[in-house]
Amino acid sequence: MRLEVRANPSAMATLLAGVGAVVFTLLVCALLILWANANVFAAYGAIFQGALGSQFAITETLTRATPLMLTGLAAAVAFRARLYNIGAEGQLYFGAMAAVAASVAMSNEAGELALPTFIAMPLMIAAGAVAGAALLLIPTLLKTRFKVDEVVTTLLLNFIALLFVSMLLDGPMKDPTAMGWPQSRALLPELEFAKLVERGRVHVGLLIAIALAIVLWIVIGFTRFGLSIRAVGANAKAAEFAGISVNATLIKVALLSGALAGLAGVGEVAGRTSYVTLDMSPGYGFSGIVIAMLAALNPLGVVFASVFVGGAIVGADAMSRAVNVPTYIADVIVATALIAVLVASLLTKYRVRWK
Amino acid sequence: MNYGRTSSSDLQSKSSNPSEINLAVTALSLQHISKRFGSLIANDDISLTLGRGEVLALLGENGAGKSTLMNILFGHYVADSGSISVFGETLVPGKPQLALARGIGMVHQHFTLADNLSVLDNVMLGAQSLLSLRSQRTAAREQLNDLSQRFGLTVSPDAVVRNLSVGEKQRVEILKALYRGAKILILDEPTSVLTPQEVEQLFGTLRHMVAEGLSVIFISHKLDEVLAISTQIAVLRQGRLVHECAAREATKESLALAMVGRDVKRVQRAETDHTAPKSVALSVRSLALAHESSRVALSNVTFDVAAGEIVAIAGVSGNGQRLLADGLSGLHRVATGQILLNGRAQTMGARAAIDAGVARIPEDRQHVGAVGDLSVWENAMLPRTHEARFSKLSWLNRGGARRYTDALVKQFDVRLSSIEQPIRMLSGGNMQKLILGRELDGAPSVVIAAQPTWGLDVGAVSFVHEQLLNARARGAAIVLISEDLDEVFALADRIAVMCNGRLTTARDATEWSLQSLGLAMAGHSDSQPSKLEAQHAT
Amino acid sequence: MTDFIAMLADADFWVAVLRIATPLIFGTLGVLLCERAGVLNLGIEGIMVFGAFAGWLTVYAGAGLWVGVLAAALAGAAFGALHSLLVVRLPLSQHVAGLGITLLATSLAYYAYRLGFPKVDSPPKIEAFQAMNWLPVPILAEQTPLTLLALVLVPLIAYVLYRTPIGLALRAVGENPHAVESQGIDVIRLRTGAVIAGSALMGVAGAFLTLAAFNSFFFNMVNGRGWICVALVVFASWRPGKALLGALLFAFFDAAQLRLQQSGGGALPYQLYLMLPYLLSIVALVIAARKAAYPQALMQPYVKGAR
Repeated sequence: MRLEVRANPSAMATLLAGVGAVVFTLLVCALLILWANANVFAAYGAIFQGALGSQFAITETLTRATPLMLTGLAAAVAFRARLYNIGAEGQLYFGAMAAVAASVAMSNEAGELALPTFIAMPLMIAAGAVAGAALLLIPTLLKTRFKVDEVVTTLLLNFIALLFVSMLLDGPMKDPTAMGWPQSRALLPELEFAKLVERGRVHVGLLIAIALAIVLWIVIGFTRFGLSIRAVGANAKAAEFAGISVNATLIKVALLSGALAGLAGVGEVAGRTSYVTLDMSPGYGFSGIVIAMLAALNPLGVVFASVFVGGAIVGADAMSRAVNVPTYIADVIVATALIAVLVASLLTKYRVRWK
Repeated sequence: MNYGRTSSSDLQSKSSNPSEINLAVTALSLQHISKRFGSLIANDDISLTLGRGEVLALLGENGAGKSTLMNILFGHYVADSGSISVFGETLVPGKPQLALARGIGMVHQHFTLADNLSVLDNVMLGAQSLLSLRSQRTAAREQLNDLSQRFGLTVSPDAVVRNLSVGEKQRVEILKALYRGAKILILDEPTSVLTPQEVEQLFGTLRHMVAEGLSVIFISHKLDEVLAISTQIAVLRQGRLVHECAAREATKESLALAMVGRDVKRVQRAETDHTAPKSVALSVRSLALAHESSRVALSNVTFDVAAGEIVAIAGVSGNGQRLLADGLSGLHRVATGQILLNGRAQTMGARAAIDAGVARIPEDRQHVGAVGDLSVWENAMLPRTHEARFSKLSWLNRGGARRYTDALVKQFDVRLSSIEQPIRMLSGGNMQKLILGRELDGAPSVVIAAQPTWGLDVGAVSFVHEQLLNARARGAAIVLISEDLDEVFALADRIAVMCNGRLTTARDATEWSLQSLGLAMAGHSDSQPSKLEAQHAT
Repeated sequence: MTDFIAMLADADFWVAVLRIATPLIFGTLGVLLCERAGVLNLGIEGIMVFGAFAGWLTVYAGAGLWVGVLAAALAGAAFGALHSLLVVRLPLSQHVAGLGITLLATSLAYYAYRLGFPKVDSPPKIEAFQAMNWLPVPILAEQTPLTLLALVLVPLIAYVLYRTPIGLALRAVGENPHAVESQGIDVIRLRTGAVIAGSALMGVAGAFLTLAAFNSFFFNMVNGRGWICVALVVFASWRPGKALLGALLFAFFDAAQLRLQQSGGGALPYQLYLMLPYLLSIVALVIAARKAAYPQALMQPYVKGAR
């Protein structure tokens, strides 16, 4: 078997590859559903219903998609510069914790907000972004200063970050009213994000995420900074030769990526939970990488890919209640889709020759 | 090619006499080989035969299809049609291990050695069945020592390949083939990395091998060498076999014509004007520089380049030239010494070099000179994106960049289908033209050109030479780092030789002969190139 | 200080060190085989989860313990085959494909576990490996046969790497695949073999957790051990002997923090102790990075006929 580079991948081939990847994923996961003795069509129907079948379902999917969009953007911008940030999970928790800490810091002794909301709200958001950025700055500096591969360090920092948050939940950030289960103090109600619809959980964070996706798309495509990111990611040596400081670019990208992941945490606390708990993210950080890859690292694509993944998770939850297939099917679907999309996109770039 | 001072007749006179060897046995026969890559026809119905004890030279420009043909022979590629037989038996295509088993050995232009392993390990690699439970190191070591003595290929078996010089690495490559019992040895551009003296040594080894009954295929684009070593010559052009003859019937002129297919306009350098006042544009003072990417470090490198002058840095690759080019381009921190640009000390960083008006043509145009996945126009503006014509407040002026690129493409005759293409789709020559245009834009006062014509076809080579000479005429100070002595003699006003991180004094090109240059390249820098010697060689 | 000396004098402490080190030895050797061949395998975390599950399920279903180990190895090999299909046959990003494998293997294991055991309060138990009390060697006698297997594998893999033709080819292919191809060895098959073998070891590393360390399968039981192995290989400069050393060193600190946590640890939050292993891995990476002789072709896909 040999691979030959295709001169010009056609738009048709790209479309076909996408459709093929989806069909392949559905077929593979159908086998797992059959294994669970469930009706495949009923199960997929239930997933679809649960994800998009009603206004409530749609708002739930969008609520899920919000943190995924932000971690997806975090991965997309970092991977564009070939900075393998696999620590978005930890950065998310740092962002969430920082938001709560900011809320605590900005409250007076009576437990009320000491600043006007229009000042406190941006400060809280900034705190979360800074915390996420700071966490990613550590492995990035280790990379630029000591040439330590960032893949493993960002992975390991997830564990450290989670333990650190856990420590705070036992210590200064402990909710004095909570019994047993570790939980942070509650965010002040004034700092919570407004809901977008009645009786739905979808919140302003979604609009922020979409706006950031558009901004990021513009930055990457139309600005000098964006060109540096693309040049460094495509070929760091040549970028350096052309006068672009690779290290400075990587550090800027790290700050941006970490901030986006931190914002995902802010959004979860301010928009959904009001508290930090140790199970507030079911792996949003890792799913962000999948989403970025599904979107081919395009920020606008991230918006759609995160709705897809969010829908799969919400739909699978609903489906498992209805037809008794474990919810982990959602993760299997996402993982299979990732691999299928990777292979499919490769096949648009290469022609496989069997001789 | 005439070096001005030296003829290559001494090379030719030592040519082996093939008549003593029985030529009746056919070692290798290629029948009607064709191979396409997409729309490109790399090989078009090529048939060749090689007798036992013959040296067949395969001559052709870059891109003529020589390497493709040899990769088919060795099994890296499979031909679309045609067949190969070795000593009368058909060779199964696409299997290097079968080619090896039949006695075909190949010395690739880019060495295929594992740098982390010893010489012995590299030689033994693949010689035993992978399922054997024990490596036969003792026997292998004896055989290796035996071979290196027999053919004069001295190299220590336990040396780690990473620490070897380029010439030594080539010896390891040849030993690998001999160890596997090669009867037909293919050498792909073997002389491009050697000093003239080392070339002679290599030819000695080859003659020895031929005398023992081996056959050799010698791939080259250098006419002198082809005439010196081969018994048969085949010329490829654009994938076709266009000319075949015995070496003794061939002349340089006939071969050159067959190779290029038309008369080539030779660039003509205006004579060095010794009377004109010189203003030094680039001055390098006692430069010392080391970097992990380079086996050798620069020490005490000193030279000046005046405005309107080309100073060539000749030398065998891997002696610190890349480090020097990178240092002058601002990529490395200078350990000691100074680089003065128009009298001002250059600061670290590619940015500083670009802003100071240094044009840089890098050695590796694919991976350093351009970002392959970015479009042609993005690459064209990449070093100057901060200039007002390309961006305002970080916002890219895409229209301006495209218009600029269009103009560049026209002026420098870059052939492409669209400036929106990723630049990696361009041929080497066109990519080099674009880089040249980009770097020479704005009349830079200093030009650092590292191997600017490496791997280009004749047309592109003369274009690059013309542009460099234009820049010289305009008053630029040009450093030409080159391994190609033809190029050095054709362009340089003065020549210095780099060996093992040290640089000889830059002397007038007329003071050097091929011999003195070769000696300096081999590190005998104290050998003064006397005028007498030079005149004697004329 | 006296506590520390007492700890070092305590045989139980060293028993714990060796037990903690065992899965890391298997995992690190597995990563080493892959990376020597030039392939990064971030699938390890998920492969360990699946290996732990497959080994446990096989034994739970009534098969022998060694059959369970074999099942874990085969499961690991299967994921290794998938990974090599993606990154060796097809030149996909090794980072992303590896993470994809981790996600797939983990979610498949959890899916299957939940399918088989929908509502269990405590995880079903099996009869795990027993200590080798018959061995006359003090600390080793407290270990299960899997630890012995891990210790035997170290010199065995070292022998294969440095004393056999296939080991030579493996060391070469991670440095320069063209060197291997030009000597008539199939790069794709060699790399595929190495990734499959390495992944099988990762599967066994996971099985140790369910078949020797604990006696049941539960969620998050691998808990980053796979990533730690990836760090240890850099620390070990891709050498089996040093990999053993690194795993033992790491286990030493891990066991020590457990001790401290139990004895006088009340003064500090327990999370600080738990952080230590991960922090140490990062420190090890920083120390090793200065002189890290990465296999030159690591993460570089080989497309036949392209240069």
